[in-house]
Amino acid sequence: MSELTPPTIGTAQIALLEKLSNACAVSGDEQQVRKIVMEEIKAHAEDVRVDALGNVLAVRRAQSEGALRVMLAAHMDEIGFMIVDDDKEGLFRFELVGGIDVRVLPGKTVLVGKDNIPGVIGAKPIHLTEDGETGRKIPLESLRIDVGQNGAKIKPGDRATFATRFRQLGPSLVGKALDNRLGVATLIELVKNPPPNVELLAAFTVQEEIGLRGARVAAYACDPDLAIAIDSTPAFDLPAWDESENSAYNTRLGAGPAIYIADAGTLSDPRLVRHLARTAESAAIPFQFRQPGGGGTDAGAIHKVRAGIPSVSVSVPGRYAHTAAIVARLSDWQNTLALVYQSLSNLDRSILSVHR
Amino acid sequence: MPELKAFLKQMISLPGLSAYEDPLRAVISEAWRPLVDELSVSKLGSLHGLRRGTGSEPRPRILLAAHMDAIGMMVTRVTPDGLIYFTEIGGVDPRILPSTPVMVHGKRAIPGVVAQPPDRLLPASVKGSPVEMRHLFVDTGLEGPEVNQLVRVGDLISFDTEALDLPGDLVAGHSLDNRASVAALTACLQELSKIRHEWDVYMVATTQEEESLGGAFTSPYEIRPAIAVAVDVTFATGPGVSDYRGHALNKGAMLGWGPNTHPYIFKSIKALTERLDLPHETEVYPRYSGTDAMGMQIVAEGIPSMVVSIPLRYMHTPVEIISIKDVERVGRLLAQYIASLTPDYANQIRWDEA
Amino acid sequence: MKELIKKLVETVGPSGYESAVRELVQAEIGALADEMRVDALGNLIARKGAKAEGGMRVMLSAHMDEIGLIATHVDENGFVRFTTIGGVRPHTCIGGRVQFLNGARGLIYMEKPESPDRLPSFEQLYIDVGATSRANCPVKVGDIAAFDRPFVELNGRLVSKAMDDRISVAVMIEALRALKYSPHELYFVFSTQEEVGLRGATTSAYSIDPEIALSVDVTRVGDTPKDIKMEVSLGKGPAVKVRDGGMLSDPRVVRWMVDTAEKAGIPYQLEVLEGGTTDARAIQLTRAGVPVGCMSIPTRYIHSPSEMVDYNDVQQCVRLLVELISAPIQLG
Repeated sequence: MSELTPPTIGTAQIALLEKLSNACAVSGDEQQVRKIVMEEIKAHAEDVRVDALGNVLAVRRAQSEGALRVMLAAHMDEIGFMIVDDDKEGLFRFELVGGIDVRVLPGKTVLVGKDNIPGVIGAKPIHLTEDGETGRKIPLESLRIDVGQNGAKIKPGDRATFATRFRQLGPSLVGKALDNRLGVATLIELVKNPPPNVELLAAFTVQEEIGLRGARVAAYACDPDLAIAIDSTPAFDLPAWDESENSAYNTRLGAGPAIYIADAGTLSDPRLVRHLARTAESAAIPFQFRQPGGGGTDAGAIHKVRAGIPSVSVSVPGRYAHTAAIVARLSDWQNTLALVYQSLSNLDRSILSVHR
Repeated sequence: MPELKAFLKQMISLPGLSAYEDPLRAVISEAWRPLVDELSVSKLGSLHGLRRGTGSEPRPRILLAAHMDAIGMMVTRVTPDGLIYFTEIGGVDPRILPSTPVMVHGKRAIPGVVAQPPDRLLPASVKGSPVEMRHLFVDTGLEGPEVNQLVRVGDLISFDTEALDLPGDLVAGHSLDNRASVAALTACLQELSKIRHEWDVYMVATTQEEESLGGAFTSPYEIRPAIAVAVDVTFATGPGVSDYRGHALNKGAMLGWGPNTHPYIFKSIKALTERLDLPHETEVYPRYSGTDAMGMQIVAEGIPSMVVSIPLRYMHTPVEIISIKDVERVGRLLAQYIASLTPDYANQIRWDEA
Repeated sequence: MKELIKKLVETVGPSGYESAVRELVQAEIGALADEMRVDALGNLIARKGAKAEGGMRVMLSAHMDEIGLIATHVDENGFVRFTTIGGVRPHTCIGGRVQFLNGARGLIYMEKPESPDRLPSFEQLYIDVGATSRANCPVKVGDIAAFDRPFVELNGRLVSKAMDDRISVAVMIEALRALKYSPHELYFVFSTQEEVGLRGATTSAYSIDPEIALSVDVTRVGDTPKDIKMEVSLGKGPAVKVRDGGMLSDPRVVRWMVDTAEKAGIPYQLEVLEGGTTDARAIQLTRAGVPVGCMSIPTRYIHSPSEMVDYNDVQQCVRLLVELISAPIQLG
């Protein structure tokens, strides 16, 4: 039996994350990220295919017979915009794809279409606002993406994203779409360096942000024994305005991978939650439990497919989720990768011998 | 064309609320019987019509779905005086209800009208505002004991507004959402009977789209097609619809573009409409198409899907308007698309340009 | 039967954590079922019989889970913040008692409200378990609790938390006990995670692939002071569900249920429920589709710690269920 080294995050992995973060892949149009994923994994995985919705499905076979079949899911799509109407003179009306707070839109730069054409979402000059106007939200219907003279290159149906460029700032990683390029990068590493004792069914899914649609059909095709969704989740761990105790932090930056007990879509399988926590403790990997409630991951679709699939989610915490720039810690990402790898390495069928 | 219009008007004169489509399904079966090789009914009540292709086995399958159910109301209680209170089936704006002629399907079909009680008999806060559905009721003109003998909780109430022919090949009536698309599928079948097609074609009149996408989730599971196309109605420009979401009446088919649509299928069909010089427009939707394609696309391992729509004014009212020409155009486009499918087309479907 | 109901409703088993309820059910029906298994989501699936002439593969589903609470934070003084599992509302919590799966007990109270006539939100509620600090608090983040209220009988009406849907679990167990003969291959499914989205029913229906299915669940009534107008009342027998907020019953199944009740002389009510749904909705959309219906047990005060059913209704529900599955089904 060969000694496979557990994967770690080094400069190559960070460079890949940068490429992934800067790529534009709004739900329903994941081509740019799909291409990167295919390039990265095709030399490593046994069966690689793209399914009817655009999911990338790949297999790394186990080194032994009868191994546990584990599905790992990471969604390729990000929140963004779709151009819906041409107002001429380079101005385009747009709609939201996925949950974005409209308050973060005015004054941002964007990239439009498959050629990533630069544009801006402008706002009225403050000089011309009336009393009290700066306290009111600018309605989405009145915002426009302005691409100047490039109007002819864009049409309704094109997607757009924030134009944030990825950067490493000290211990932090800052970029757009780290939800869920962090998950995608993690899964790519695991496909390249899989734990030998399980059959790894990797699903790089689509349309998670608009209803977990890719995960549902991917799980049906994979038909695994159990599943882990690897995602990113908000860290609301800042001080409250009145300095009262913050009891709604969800997760904390720097406290390690966040294991889900319950979110709005899934009550995690307690057997898997226990297994992940025990693995972290014995391998001395820092970890935290995500506060129960709210949000969701691909596990929400996966666990209800066919006759049911025991599922859990693990996420890298990130501040300012669903805005133009997420801040995450490199250490949290490293520990997430380590935790998933170690948990799979010491996993066998006995985990399912006790009933849920 | 007079045949198609007559068939459409026949369909919209029948009740066929979600889950209760029997009367309509019988009529569609009769129309499809001479045009298909096999007719069957799914476990939930969708109508499946199979037209076999000429290619050698195993033949790939395409599924075209048009929901046959319509919105309406259901009885929630009958007062001793014979006033019939109701809830909605599908999305009904209560503001279009007062004075609308309806048919109550109790032990027999009973005509009635939706009544809006006078403000003086309603909570003071209502004064002058639209009356909520829970305060509206149906008055059949019959006496209390007779109504209670004929009507009970759970009985259906359908719109009974008479269809109108308007100049310019327009038809106005209720349930054109989505009987117009069922008519388009029928026109498609008529054209298919005169041309060659290699693929097997499943025409499906789905059940319960307005409530649960019931037919959309279950028929493809049984049929397992390589491509699924939802044929539905979409918003036509007019009063209340003036932005990008509306399209002109009588200007052809709408081709759907968004997450429920497979880009390869979209591009094939768009290229075909251009080749055939058929009027058409692209209809973009950022998240959901609001059609059976939402369900069909995610059945089992997933199905490459497409949405083709007929513009319609005043959707979900008893006075919806469509152009018969648009119905024919969609039928023709679908038939020509099916005829263009070669045996290995399914293997060519891919997401990204090379 | 009242003893069985009491045992079931007083067990702690919110969505996702139903094992204690499942063990109870297994003990009750173990000798009666031909085959029992537990699936990936914790559903208990018990098969009885095989298909005879004119028989069908029939699925019956009652959910074992109840609504509950899950701890989200323990503050430095040992007060526990929480979020909900299923449809819990703030006004049924204040002053109420809870019991955690690990045995810890507590009560729910609220911060001082901003204004006296506004209901607090869940963020303003907390559980007091009698701890004085985070360190000596027996509860930690992720711990699960249910309402804590004893079963009581009031003039032939039974009151407890978790009548939704343990009363249906009891009805299914009693029906299985009373069943003498059936031409059908019957699957008694004690489902999980209904309250959070019909999740157990979705997967158990897929594995069984039934030809027809009934859910057994509670439904609202319209017979309490100044409440919604609804034609279902306590004491008038089982309700045959025509429609609810998530599903339209198959009209053929409704007809079958009504014909059976009338032939057997069992009182019944027709039910249209605006808002709320049951396992039947998920089962209906399984695979190539399943004709479904629902037998409802009229219940007052649903999703409060004191849900009330009429014992005669419950007994008639058992009767009706036995009648339904004892004879061939003509769907017509």
